[in-house]
Amino acid sequence: MADHKHHTSHEEHLREQHLMLDPMPRGKMNEMVMESMHTTSWKFWLVFGLLAALVAYALFYKWGVMILEGLGVAGVNRPSYWGIFLVNTVFWIGISHAGTFISAILRVFKAEFRRPFTRAAELMTTFGLIQAGFSIFMHMGRVWLSYWLMPYPNQRQLWPNFHSPLSWDLLAITTYLLSSTMYLFLPLIPDLAMARDRTPDGTWQKVFYRILALGFRGTEGEWTHLRNALNIFAFAIIPVMFSVHTIVSWDFAMATRPGWNSTIFGPYFVVGALHSGMGAVVMVLAVVRGTMKHMKYFIRPEHFEAIGKLMLIISMAWGYFFFNDYIVQWYGGDKWTKELLHWHEAGPMGWMWFGMLICNVAIPWAILWNKKWRSTPWLLFLVGMLINVGMWFERYIIVPISLTINRMPFTWRLYQPGIEVWLGIGTLAFFILLYMAASRLIPLIPVWEVQEGQMAHSLKKYGRETVVAVSDLE
Amino acid sequence: MTVDLNKLHAVGAIAEEAEGKWGMVIDMDLCTGCQACVAACAMENNIPYVEEVDAGYGRSMHWIRTERFWEGEYPEVKMSAYQPMLCQQCGKAPCEPVCPAFATVHSQAEQINLQVYNRCVGTRYCANNCPYQVRSFNWRDYQDSRVRPEITILANQFNPDVTVRRRGVMEKCTFCIQRIHKAQDKAKSEGREVEDGEFTTACAQACPANAITFGRIDHPESLVAQLARSPRAEHHLEELGTLPRVTYLKEG
Repeated sequence: MADHKHHTSHEEHLREQHLMLDPMPRGKMNEMVMESMHTTSWKFWLVFGLLAALVAYALFYKWGVMILEGLGVAGVNRPSYWGIFLVNTVFWIGISHAGTFISAILRVFKAEFRRPFTRAAELMTTFGLIQAGFSIFMHMGRVWLSYWLMPYPNQRQLWPNFHSPLSWDLLAITTYLLSSTMYLFLPLIPDLAMARDRTPDGTWQKVFYRILALGFRGTEGEWTHLRNALNIFAFAIIPVMFSVHTIVSWDFAMATRPGWNSTIFGPYFVVGALHSGMGAVVMVLAVVRGTMKHMKYFIRPEHFEAIGKLMLIISMAWGYFFFNDYIVQWYGGDKWTKELLHWHEAGPMGWMWFGMLICNVAIPWAILWNKKWRSTPWLLFLVGMLINVGMWFERYIIVPISLTINRMPFTWRLYQPGIEVWLGIGTLAFFILLYMAASRLIPLIPVWEVQEGQMAHSLKKYGRETVVAVSDLE
Repeated sequence: MTVDLNKLHAVGAIAEEAEGKWGMVIDMDLCTGCQACVAACAMENNIPYVEEVDAGYGRSMHWIRTERFWEGEYPEVKMSAYQPMLCQQCGKAPCEPVCPAFATVHSQAEQINLQVYNRCVGTRYCANNCPYQVRSFNWRDYQDSRVRPEITILANQFNPDVTVRRRGVMEKCTFCIQRIHKAQDKAKSEGREVEDGEFTTACAQACPANAITFGRIDHPESLVAQLARSPRAEHHLEELGTLPRVTYLKEG
């Protein structure tokens, strides 16, 4: 009798812990996701309105001022010709990386814990890339001529310069934006069809879902096609993701600047992107879980625990690459590089260099090793935020602070940010605004993926032991 | 004149690029730091007058600047020579490959580095990649009298041979290409070659100490080529393999 009781509680414990072992009837789950989309409090609209006002002022109005008056209203200057604009570009591309990382890599490796939050992560990719696009277009002196960077046929037979890393960058980011948007859309189709079937006729939402669901009815053939397409995309998008941030790093690594022309920049930037991206995913998940209805069922401490482990590994990898980059540059012995390394640590912005190391390495290592701590959503939110602050510092050190030191000491001058601070805040507000809007329109939880996972998992009893059984779906 | 490309750290450069055509020699022993070259260049090339606040933040747009260095703390200061710094018209210019719009290009005819203002979209990558930091960016519409009515009168002294630039465009020294073209046109109409010393750049013309010499670096008998063979001759940041066309004669 006592044994039986023990087994029941162990089983209950497993169900409580793991979403995959805690199945719910499909109709009920669909209902929950629809409800989480439609339950909107006045607080949501208050934040939404404030953010919209901030976007209108900080992003569009201030950008308009800058277009009319010229880049003089920003703080960029000789020798820091690139300032916070490029810091934010790299930062947002970094944020966008975790979406694909979580979704594609974990899908390829069949990591089951990914199921409830792939969509939340993929949305970050698309919205983050939009902000990166804003940041890089804002920094152009004559943005109204930016279409000249596109390879379009024209009467004068003028083409962009394919030798320039900026041209590679444009192509890489465009490829990434298109493929990640398709990759976001594909697994969304069954959920859009679900939303379509549960939306009353005569509403604009019905039209919206009907168009986007592409007539998905859930036949065997449709599922087969969807699975095939997802398989192809999941594999194809991984090299795209790695190449994008490597190419972004080449904007710097291909230049003849001390501190920039470092051969390790490619993988260093990719790992840095994953570092900040994982931090951002965990922040989004903590907010979604805390504010949206029914989300405590879908997003559980086990997910924070799993992401926390990944964050710890990535933090260690980042620490390795940082040290590698530093030691190779130091050992190279170039006098300007030595001057620059000294400037990083002991210059007026030295606090940022140490802050970066504390946020990116010391704090994650101190907190994430503990299973209990890394299962605590608010603590992980905090760590994720600090990692993002640290990674922003890292980009700030690489762009304007490193640009301060060049081979012409006569031109050395510290960079003082101007209007770009507002513009940066504007991109952040726009990112959150887009995310909030999306959370009202599309199911943040990929319901069919969760249901698929729950169907594959079961608890079986072998004698006295309760074990988790997973059947292969494909 | 044969050039050892390996010696110049410019493996892969073609000999024509390495040799160059127009060149300049600046004698740092003669330079007094009077800034006449800076003023003359600004007049000749319609370089904007940048107002106080922006200039104080280091945004003045001169194509040539006189750098000075010192060692020690006041009053125990040891001054170095003045070092006029302008675009070195590199044979292998780091600014050229990085421009995504082909706005900074190499001129086949003059063998110098040109900036195409109306192709520039203002990514400022060229300025980041210029090891000499001699490019200047139009941070505002400094030359538009609709934006700055106070410069209307200054607009009367614009050089008609040179364009004005609008906001968001990079610019830099052109070796006074308008003067090169004028001299070439005159010589061509008279059916001859341009003679050494027939014309010079604005900075060289204005220099009261004759510290700046300009001419055909590829003609061994020209004054500039003879000066460039001096044992005092050196190129700035030669180790980068940029093949600069400006030779400095260091203090003797």
